[in-house]
Amino acid sequence: MSYYTIIGLEVHVELLTETKMFCSCSTKFGSLPNSNVCPVCLGLPGVLPVINKKAVEYLLKVALSLDCKIPHRSKFDRKNYFYPDMPKNYQISQYDLPLSQDGFLEIEIDGNRKKIGIERIHLEEDTGKSIHTGTIDKSLYTLEDFNRAGVPLLEIVSKPHMSSPEEAGEYLKELRAILFSLGISDCKMEEGSLRCDANISVNKEDFPELSRKVEIKNMNSFKSVQKALFYEIKRQTEMIERGEAIQQETRGWLEEEGKTIFMRGKEMANDYRYFPEPDLLPLEIDRIWLEEIKNTIPELPREKKRRFVKDYNISNYEATVLCDNFALSKFFEETVRIYDKAPVITNWLLGDISKYLNAENLEITSTKLTPENLSEMLSLIDNKVISGKIGKDIIEEMLRSGKKAEKIVQERGLLQISDEEVLWNLIRKVMDENSDAVKEYLKGKTKALGYLVGQVMKQSKGKANPQITNSIILEELQKKTGEA
Amino acid sequence: MLTLSEVEYVASLACLELTEEEKKIFSQQLGEILDFFRQLDILDTEGIEPAFHSIPLKNVFRNDIKGNSIEHEKALSNAPQREGEYFKIPKIIGGGE
Repeated sequence: MSYYTIIGLEVHVELLTETKMFCSCSTKFGSLPNSNVCPVCLGLPGVLPVINKKAVEYLLKVALSLDCKIPHRSKFDRKNYFYPDMPKNYQISQYDLPLSQDGFLEIEIDGNRKKIGIERIHLEEDTGKSIHTGTIDKSLYTLEDFNRAGVPLLEIVSKPHMSSPEEAGEYLKELRAILFSLGISDCKMEEGSLRCDANISVNKEDFPELSRKVEIKNMNSFKSVQKALFYEIKRQTEMIERGEAIQQETRGWLEEEGKTIFMRGKEMANDYRYFPEPDLLPLEIDRIWLEEIKNTIPELPREKKRRFVKDYNISNYEATVLCDNFALSKFFEETVRIYDKAPVITNWLLGDISKYLNAENLEITSTKLTPENLSEMLSLIDNKVISGKIGKDIIEEMLRSGKKAEKIVQERGLLQISDEEVLWNLIRKVMDENSDAVKEYLKGKTKALGYLVGQVMKQSKGKANPQITNSIILEELQKKTGEA
Repeated sequence: MLTLSEVEYVASLACLELTEEEKKIFSQQLGEILDFFRQLDILDTEGIEPAFHSIPLKNVFRNDIKGNSIEHEKALSNAPQREGEYFKIPKIIGGGE
C-alpha cells in the first residue's frame, strides 16, 4: 500500500526597515534591552499606531516577485491573545483581507520544475523576546525585552503543494534567495529574522480519512525543517500502519533529541477573536504605486541563474548553487569583472571557499576575502608563481586575515620552485630513497611515476613546480630504462 | 440571555475568574448587549460594500524615519518587577494566571 505526503510551509520574515511597523522606534538588533521602545510598542493606553509605508512597499515587492494578486483593498485586524511577549494583549495582523494572495514560487528538483502555490502574504508585528531561566516549563519567572515588539513581520503561507522534505528544502532556499535579492530581510534563521513552521500530513492511498494535518514548530535551520519533516513522515506512517488515526495537533521539534513532541491538540486551538483594527485606516493599493514598486525589483535568482549559465559557461548546477546565495553570486560577479576565467572562480567559490564557509557557518561577506585578492591569487597560479596546491593551502588564511596571497606566500616561504637545478637535486634524493618505486616503474608499473611526483611535492612542502618536476622525473626514469 | 457555558468561555478568553453569582448577572447583561446590536439586522444591506472604518480616510502612512524612543529607565519605571534591563514577569506555564 503506498503513502503520499502533503506539506505546506508558513514562513515569517523580519523586514529590514529602519523603524518598527507602527511606531518610529529603531529595529536595530542587539541594542540594550528595552531601549528601542515607546508607548506604542509597549502597549501603553491611549496611543495610536501609524503604518510604516516602507513595510507595505517591501511586502508588495515580495508579492510581485512571487506573482501574487494584490487586491485593491486591504486592512489590518486585531488578533487577541494573552502572552507576555505581546504587551497590548493583541497583535496587529491581517485576517480576511491580506495585502496579497494567490501566487507561486518555482522550484527545481533533479532538473524538473515545479510550481509551489503561495496562499497569502500578509503584514503583522513581531512580538517581544522572552528569556526563561532554564526551560519554559521549569522556569521560575521570565524576563521580557520589547525591543523586537513591533518589528515589521511578513507572513508567507504556501499552499500544501510540497510532497517531500526535499521539496520543502528547495522551496525555502529559493524563497530565501528571492528575499535576499530584494534586500528586504537578512533572512538569518539562527537569529530569528526568518522562521518557519510546517504543516504535514501523511496519507494512505484510498484512506485519506485516517490523516489530519500536524503543525510542527521550533525549527531553527533549514536542515532542522527537513529533519523534522522526515521524522514526522516516519512517525505518521508508523501510526497508520498500526491502524491508528492521526490527530490534528501542534508538535514541537527538539533538535538535540531529533524528534517532535506533542504541544497542543485541536481542542486547545486558540480563539483569536479577530476584528478590524479600529486604530488603523484601510489600505487601497493603486496601480501607479504598484508600477513604481515593480520598477525597483532587481533581477531575481531564477533569471540570474539562466544568465550565469549563458554568459559564464558554467553548469546549471553551479549556477543554482551560486544564485541560491545572494552574497556568493555577487562576489562571483565582482571577481569575474577583474579575472575573466569564470569556471575557475566557480571552482574555487564552490570548492575550498564554500567548504570553509560551511564549516565556520559564515557568509562570504563576513570573511576578509575580497574579489581583488582572490583574482590576484588565481593569477599567481596562472603565472606559475605558486601551485594550485599552495593556493588551496593559503586560501583559508586569506579568508581569515584578508592578507594578499603574495604576502602569505612570502611569509611562509611558499614560492614555487621552478629552478631546475634545485629540483634536480631534490628529485635525485627522492629517487634514491624510493628505489623500490623506481624499480616498479621500470617493470612497467607507470603508476609509480605519480608516487614519485607526490614524494617530491611532499618533501618540497608543495612548492615544487609540478609540470617541471614531472618532466624531470620522466627524463631520469627514461635514462634508467636505457641503462637497464 | 447567554448560556452559563458561553459566559464561562468568554471569561476564560479574557482570563477572568467569575463567581457563580457573577456568571448569572453577566449572562443577562451580555445577552441584553447582543440584543441591542441585533437591531442592526433589520437593515437591508443588500448590494452595499462592507465598510471597515467609520472615518472615510485611507492610506495613512508614516515614512520609515527614526524618531525618539523613550528612555530605558522611563520605560521600566511602571513595571511592577524588573531585573536588570528587563521586565520581570511571573512564570508563564503552570503559574497563577
